[in-house]
Amino acid sequence: MTMIETQKLAKLYDVGDEGVHALEDVSVKIEKGEFVAIMGPSGSGKSTFMNIIGCLDQPTSGEYLLDGQKISGLSHDELAEIRNRKIGFVFQGFNLLSRTTAVENVELPLLYNHVPAKEREKKSMAALKMLGLEGREHHHPNQLSGGQQQRVAIARALVNNAPILMADEPTGNLDTKTSIEIMELLVQLNRDSGTTIILVTHEPDIATFSKRIIRFVDGHVISDEEVKKS
Amino acid sequence: MISILSTLRIALRALWVNKMRSALTMLGIIIGVSAVIIMLAVGTGISRKISGQISSIGSNLIIILPGSSTQGGIRMGGGSQSTLTKDDADAISRECSAVSTVAPIHSGTAQVVFGNQNWSTGIQGTTAGILEVKDCGLTAGRNMTDQDVRNANKVCLLGQTVVDNLFGSTDPVGQIIRIKKIPFTVIGVLESKGQSLGGQDQDDTVLIPLTTAQKKIFGTTIPGMVRTIMVKARSTEDLDVAERQVTDLLRQRHHIGAKKEDDFTVRNLTQILQMAEQTTNTLTLLLGAIASVSLLVGGIGIMNIMLVSVTERTREIGIRMAVGAKTWDIRIQFIIEALTLSMIGGITGIIIGSGASVFLSSMFDYPSAISLLSIVLSFGFSGFVGIFFGFYPAYKASLLNPIDALRFE
Repeated sequence: MTMIETQKLAKLYDVGDEGVHALEDVSVKIEKGEFVAIMGPSGSGKSTFMNIIGCLDQPTSGEYLLDGQKISGLSHDELAEIRNRKIGFVFQGFNLLSRTTAVENVELPLLYNHVPAKEREKKSMAALKMLGLEGREHHHPNQLSGGQQQRVAIARALVNNAPILMADEPTGNLDTKTSIEIMELLVQLNRDSGTTIILVTHEPDIATFSKRIIRFVDGHVISDEEVKKS
Repeated sequence: MISILSTLRIALRALWVNKMRSALTMLGIIIGVSAVIIMLAVGTGISRKISGQISSIGSNLIIILPGSSTQGGIRMGGGSQSTLTKDDADAISRECSAVSTVAPIHSGTAQVVFGNQNWSTGIQGTTAGILEVKDCGLTAGRNMTDQDVRNANKVCLLGQTVVDNLFGSTDPVGQIIRIKKIPFTVIGVLESKGQSLGGQDQDDTVLIPLTTAQKKIFGTTIPGMVRTIMVKARSTEDLDVAERQVTDLLRQRHHIGAKKEDDFTVRNLTQILQMAEQTTNTLTLLLGAIASVSLLVGGIGIMNIMLVSVTERTREIGIRMAVGAKTWDIRIQFIIEALTLSMIGGITGIIIGSGASVFLSSMFDYPSAISLLSIVLSFGFSGFVGIFFGFYPAYKASLLNPIDALRFE
C-alpha cells in the first residue's frame, strides 16, 4: 500500500529578483512500512522535501498524496489535523518545550487530539517507559542528556500511534554511541510496529540503518536504491 | 479546537513558567491602574472638601465691611471706621430687589460662663436672618425672633464648640449662661459647620440679638453701629446685581459724591471661593494628566514585555503546530494568557489604588472619592494593551507555516 506519493513536486523560494528552486520535479513513492533515508549535501533540498511531505510546508507546484489523500490545497487547520493523526516528528534540535516536563511534552499530540487528561498521562507514561525513560517523566529537557531528549521526542512522535515517523537529522546533535542507540531504536520500531520511517541525514553511516536511500542534489532526485545489507 | 479548560490549564502553566514576564507585565498594569485611581481620587476628594467648605460659609453671600478711617494722615485699614448701621441693613433689605435676606452683625469677644465652666468665644449680635444667610440649621431649640431683636431680649444661640466646652453632656436649651456677667437664656444650638477655609472653627460662636449686643455687651460709637452686614442674593445670577444695588444704595445713604471713594467695602465671598474651586479643578485635571502619563508609560511597558516575550515564543508556537495545534488552539491559548495577566494585574491595581486612596483621604482629612470612571478607564486601557500585544504576535505566528515558526530565532 502506498503511504506517500509525490508527482512533479517543486518548491520555489523568492530570493531577490530570481526565484531559487529548492525542489524541482520530484516524483517519489514510499510504501507503508518502509524505512527510507533521504541523503544529500546541505542545500540539496532534502529538508525541504521532508517538510513538504511532513505537511509542515506547502509545495509551489506538483501533487502530493498521503495515505491516498490529496494534500496540496488543504487549509492550515486541515494540515494540522493530518500532522496530528498521521505523522510524528523527530528533529535535530529535539524541539521540546523547554520549561515543560518530559511527560507534558509527550502529551502534546494527544492534547490536540482531544484525548482526556487521564488517558493522556497514561499513554505518555507508557511511551516514555517503552523508550527506557522510566523515572525521568517529570524531568525538564535541560535536566536530560541529548540522547534522552531525543528519546522524549521519539516518544512524542509515537504516542498518538502515527503511522509515519519523520526524522530530520535526528543524530545531528548526538555523539556516535548515542546516535547508534537512537538508530537501533528506530530500526526496532520499523520492524516491530511497522511504522513507516523517513530519515533525513547527510551521514552515510546513519543512512545504512535504513532499507532504501534516496539522494538529492540541487533539488533533484539523483538516485533511489535499496540498501544492500552485508 | 481543544476544550477551554485544557487551554486554560496550558495558559496558566505558561504564565507560571514565565514568572518574571508575568510579574513585570502585571506590575505595568498595577502601576497604571492604581496611579490613575489614586490621582483622580485625591483631586476630586480635595475639590469636594473645598466645595463643602464653600457651602458651609453660605451660598450667594455678599459681605459689607466699613471703610478705613484716617487719623492724622495715618490710614487705619479696612473696618476701622464705624460707618455701617442697622438702618443701612434695613434699607438694603427694603430697597434692593436682588437681595433675599440681610443680617447685620455687631461682634466681639467675651467670656461666657455656665456653672463652674467658662470659655472665651466670639459673640455675634445679629438678627433672625443670620441662619438663612449662612445656610445654617439648628440641632435643638429655636431661632431668635424679630421680637427678640426689637426688645433686646437676653437670649442666645450656641455653636457646637461652645456647647461642648460649657455643657459637656447636659442639654443646653433653656439653661442660663452669663456673658460679661449678664444672664442669657439658651434658646437653640447651631448645626455644626466645621472648619472654614482659613482653618477657623465656625462652631466656636454665640449668637445674640443685635440690639442686645449693641446696648448691653459691646456698646456703640455711633447709634445703631454694626461691624458687618451680611447679604444673601436671591440667586447666583443675581450676585452682581445685588452687589451693585447695595453699593449704590449705601453711597446714596452715606452721601458720597460721584468722585469720592466708598466708605465701605463690598466683598463677594462666593466669587472668591468659586475661584478657589476652579483652582482645585485645575489641580484635579493636572493630577489626571500625570496619571494618564503613568498609565501610558505602564501601557508601553506592558506592550514591550508582551511583544518581546510572545515573539520569543514563536518557536513554541511552531512546536505546538507541528504536533497538531490548530490556528485557534494557539490563539485562544495566548488570549487567555493575556486576559488572565490583565485581569490579575488590573484587579490588584484597583485594590491597591482604592486602598491607597482611602488611606490618603483619612490621613489628610478629605472625603475619599474613588470614581468608577477612573477604574473603568485605567482597567480598560491597560487590559486592552495587555491583551492586544499578548495576542497580536501570537496571531501572526499562528498564520506562519509551522516550519517557519520552528526556524524562528
